[in-house]
Amino acid sequence: MIPLSWYLLLSAGLFVIGAIGVITRKNALVILMSIELMLNSAGINFIAFSSYLRDVTGQIFVVMIIAVAASEAAIGLAIIISMFRNKGSVSFDDYQSLKG
Amino acid sequence: MELLCYIPLLFAVGFIINGAVGLFSEKYRSSENIIHTVACGVAIISSAIALYVLADFIFLNHPENGIFEQIIYQWIPAGNFSVEIGFQLDALSAVMLFVVTFVGMLIHIYSTGYMHGESGYYRFFAYLNLFMFSMLLLVLGNSFLLMFVGWEGVGLCSYLLIGFYIKKKSAGDAGKKAFVVNRIGDFGFILGIFCIYSVFGTLDFTSVFSAVAEKEEVLMHMTPLGITVVTAITLALFVGATGKSAQIPLYVWLPDAMEGPTPVSALIHAATMVTAGIYMVARCHPLYDLAPISLTVVATVGALTAIFAASIGLVQNDIKKVLAYSTVSQLGYMFLGCGVGAYEAGIFHLMTHAFFKACLFLGSGSVIHAMGGEQDMRKMGALKEHMPRTYWTFLFATLAIAGIPPFAGFFSKDEILFKTFTAENPVLGNFKYFLWFLGAAAAFMTAFYMFRLVNMTFKGESRVPEETAHHLHESPLNITFPLMVLGILSLVGGFVGIPIIEGGNKFHEFLSPVFSIAEHSEGAVHEGAHSIGLEITLMVVSVAIAVAGMMLANYMYLKNKELPKKLAEKYKQMYRVLLNKYYVDEFYEAVFVNGVKKLSRFFWRFDASKIDGLVNFSSDFTVGASHISNFWDAYVVDGMVNGVAKMVKFFSREGRKIQSGLLNSYAAIMLAGVFLLVSILIVMM
Repeated sequence: MIPLSWYLLLSAGLFVIGAIGVITRKNALVILMSIELMLNSAGINFIAFSSYLRDVTGQIFVVMIIAVAASEAAIGLAIIISMFRNKGSVSFDDYQSLKG
Repeated sequence: MELLCYIPLLFAVGFIINGAVGLFSEKYRSSENIIHTVACGVAIISSAIALYVLADFIFLNHPENGIFEQIIYQWIPAGNFSVEIGFQLDALSAVMLFVVTFVGMLIHIYSTGYMHGESGYYRFFAYLNLFMFSMLLLVLGNSFLLMFVGWEGVGLCSYLLIGFYIKKKSAGDAGKKAFVVNRIGDFGFILGIFCIYSVFGTLDFTSVFSAVAEKEEVLMHMTPLGITVVTAITLALFVGATGKSAQIPLYVWLPDAMEGPTPVSALIHAATMVTAGIYMVARCHPLYDLAPISLTVVATVGALTAIFAASIGLVQNDIKKVLAYSTVSQLGYMFLGCGVGAYEAGIFHLMTHAFFKACLFLGSGSVIHAMGGEQDMRKMGALKEHMPRTYWTFLFATLAIAGIPPFAGFFSKDEILFKTFTAENPVLGNFKYFLWFLGAAAAFMTAFYMFRLVNMTFKGESRVPEETAHHLHESPLNITFPLMVLGILSLVGGFVGIPIIEGGNKFHEFLSPVFSIAEHSEGAVHEGAHSIGLEITLMVVSVAIAVAGMMLANYMYLKNKELPKKLAEKYKQMYRVLLNKYYVDEFYEAVFVNGVKKLSRFFWRFDASKIDGLVNFSSDFTVGASHISNFWDAYVVDGMVNGVAKMVKFFSREGRKIQSGLLNSYAAIMLAGVFLLVSILIVMM
């Protein structure tokens, strides 16, 4: 049986890859994907602990996360599309209107 | 007698009419006829009322105790203290009332001629009416306080009238001098009034004098000064009297007062106001009788003043100055009379003096009027032919003042000298003979300088300058009429007080209700205690003295005209001292005036350097402190406030840079924050 720590390491790795993606990439779609990665890393953690602790709560959370991620992706894509329509670009470098 | 209060009141009405209307109406000021009709009208009406009241008082309704009191209203009711406005008529104030209203009326009439054409005609008559009102308050008032009101009122009018010629600086200065010198006297007077109130608890004349016997213990109590209370009171009152009646040392203002118009000199500075001191001393005789020391002081001051002023009068060349010094001298006589306890003799002389001195002053005014304002006797002479009426009335008055029988002055002056010789004041002792000698010597001088005046003015050859000589004329009737009345009074005025003959001295008899207490209690004067022989001897002596003075003056100024010059040459020092009035004015100037000036300058310097220094230091200190406070406020307090603001500004400027608008950096910061929080959480656990 695969030990719990491996799952956690995988989850941490995924999260770090996602976080780096969010921080470094400029393309809105890639950032959205990186967020999905981070959500999924959290989901892996939930499932690993659920199995480990023999408690179904974690699995319910994962279902919630997937639902939230799906709706987030749908809204995010819609926003990106309207952004593209406005400026003809999906690079965040072109969107600095929140600048202080 | 109920008409008594209208006598002063009418003068007040006259004053208000002339004063108020004249002040506001230009046209009224130039209408001399209306002005003097009002002023003389009230004078004549009130002297008629006064005569009626006097007749009523003497012959018809003589009050039991000899005092008629009329209360008008409660003046100052304050707790235990109360003073009423009330008038009192007794023998003493009756004499004064007669003198004041009668002489005053004549002088009002005279003034219409003398002041004719002067600017300020209405002002003159308004002041004159106000003076009469005040003088009548003084003599008729029934309390010390009301008397003091009149006392100050006449002082004010005297000041106003001396300085009447407002364009002349010397007149203004003389007015100021009179005012200031009188303030010194008034200080003593009011001090005396305070003392009387503290002893008696009232200021009413009748209450005070009737309580003298029962308060004797308090009055005879020794003060720390070594004199009794009553001596202190009477001396304080006498200080007031020396001021108003121009006695040593406060006499200096009276000769200067001659700067005023001549009728004023006659009325105020010879006949009425200056006698207020004598009236006051006589009025307070129950107190003076308890204080032999004060009486001695009064007599000594009087006798010294009499001879002192007479000696100055010997060499003066200004016709009015001679009369002024003569007045000072005669007032000294009156005080001598009062001082030896012969109050009625003093009052008698006061009355006769009012007649002949007023006549002399008015006569000199007539002369000055004719001479076009010239007052120097060296530029006169032989005026007899030009002004016969003035000359004869003047001669009558001169004979009266010189003490030649049967003129009025002889009786009164002789009585004073006789009473001095026979005075029985234990403190005075044999000093009285010296006082008598002073009085007799002064009488000699009086006779001499008065005939010198007559000879220089009316007789001999004329020294009148050419241009004035043409205008020489007798004065109009409104000037000569008062002269004639007063001249006749100078002749017959003394007959009310004929000595020796039993019952001849009506004047003495009339005044006896007022002064009788004095004779019985202290025994200052005993009638008939001395032989008639002594009286006759003294009378002959005084007549001889007067005649000698007259003869000497005639010899020196009519026969041997070089003699006065020779004498002046020979006794140069003495002559110069006399001519300069013993340098008393200079002495006062040096000691008191300059002393006060120096003291004031010292205080000014002290004020300027020390007090102002202190004030300026405190202001400088305040200014410095506020500078420091300002500095603290501007840099420390504001600095702190602004510093906080600047700090916030700085950090927010730096903080802005983080908000780049780049999503990635926001995410990175967020991540770093989460990492930090989790790390802290782990460490804490």
